[in-house]
Amino acid sequence: MNALLLAVDVPPISNVTIWGAGPLGFNKTAAIYVFAALATMLVFMLGTRRKDALVPAGLLQNTAESGVGFVRNQIIMQTMGTDGLQYLPYLTALFFFIFFSSITEIIPFVQFPANARFGMPLTLALATWVIYNVVGVAKQGPLHYLKNSLIPPGVPKPILLLVIPIEFVSTFIVRPFSLMVRLFANMLAGHLILVTFAALSAGLWAAKVTVVIMPFSFGLLVAMTGFEILVAFLQAFIFTILTAVYIDSSMHPSH
Amino acid sequence: MALLHLLLAQAAADPTKGLTAIGRGIVYGGAAIGPGIGIGLVVGNAITAMARQPESAGTVRTTMFLGIAFTEALALFGFVLAFIISG
Repeated sequence: MNALLLAVDVPPISNVTIWGAGPLGFNKTAAIYVFAALATMLVFMLGTRRKDALVPAGLLQNTAESGVGFVRNQIIMQTMGTDGLQYLPYLTALFFFIFFSSITEIIPFVQFPANARFGMPLTLALATWVIYNVVGVAKQGPLHYLKNSLIPPGVPKPILLLVIPIEFVSTFIVRPFSLMVRLFANMLAGHLILVTFAALSAGLWAAKVTVVIMPFSFGLLVAMTGFEILVAFLQAFIFTILTAVYIDSSMHPSH
Repeated sequence: MALLHLLLAQAAADPTKGLTAIGRGIVYGGAAIGPGIGIGLVVGNAITAMARQPESAGTVRTTMFLGIAFTEALALFGFVLAFIISG
């Protein structure tokens, strides 16, 4: 259990395909996901206790209310309009879960973004894939949904031969794949950058002569740590808004 | 420090590792060219739009992040591919 908390103890990349050691393969990644799920639930359970209060007070209530307001105004109203408000609970939970499981990247002694292993990004991307396909079939009927997603409006007949396979690949295969890769690769890249500069700082500190250039490496480490806060927030935002855009494309097809 | 020594020892032991590293560099470097230009275009035009019409900055910013996300995906495919390559 102690090993779970060490910053240097990171499950190897092969854990993507090899189920980790220990009971049920529980490792640091899984521990961070448990934390993220609990944190998401706690924010909204504890933050919404004061139901009749008009003025929000306290960290949790402010977080919960501004989080819901952010997802409502910046994500749903910008993409889906009022029709999409029924997806507000799912999208809010998605946003907070991704943010909490990525922000562990910069929390001292944990320092590992759980989304840098692509199990959970894959699962969330598949959830998005299932949702927008089900919504499309339910709203438009299976045939209309296929026609609207494969045939863009205003394309001449002969070119359809070329366009339909491209649209099929881009709508049903590349969409979930790029959702997964975007989240996974951004977190992995950020983690690698932090590791590189941390190892470089330590190495330069240990070697007596080169210690004069250590502050540059260390300064960049500090700056990149700040940048990673932005990246964790931005990736949660982008994953959520792309989910909203895909659901919108199933709900309101372009004619 | 131990990590650095490990990396150096690995590099010295197996010369084909160097070729793999060069291949990875070419793959990621090549994959980053197009998205680099693309993200520049997206953000540049978004800034122009925001400067011309500051009241629409909110909508433009959201759309800009969407454009960045779609453009950047190609570079990230290259990043992942560079990891998949093994010597």
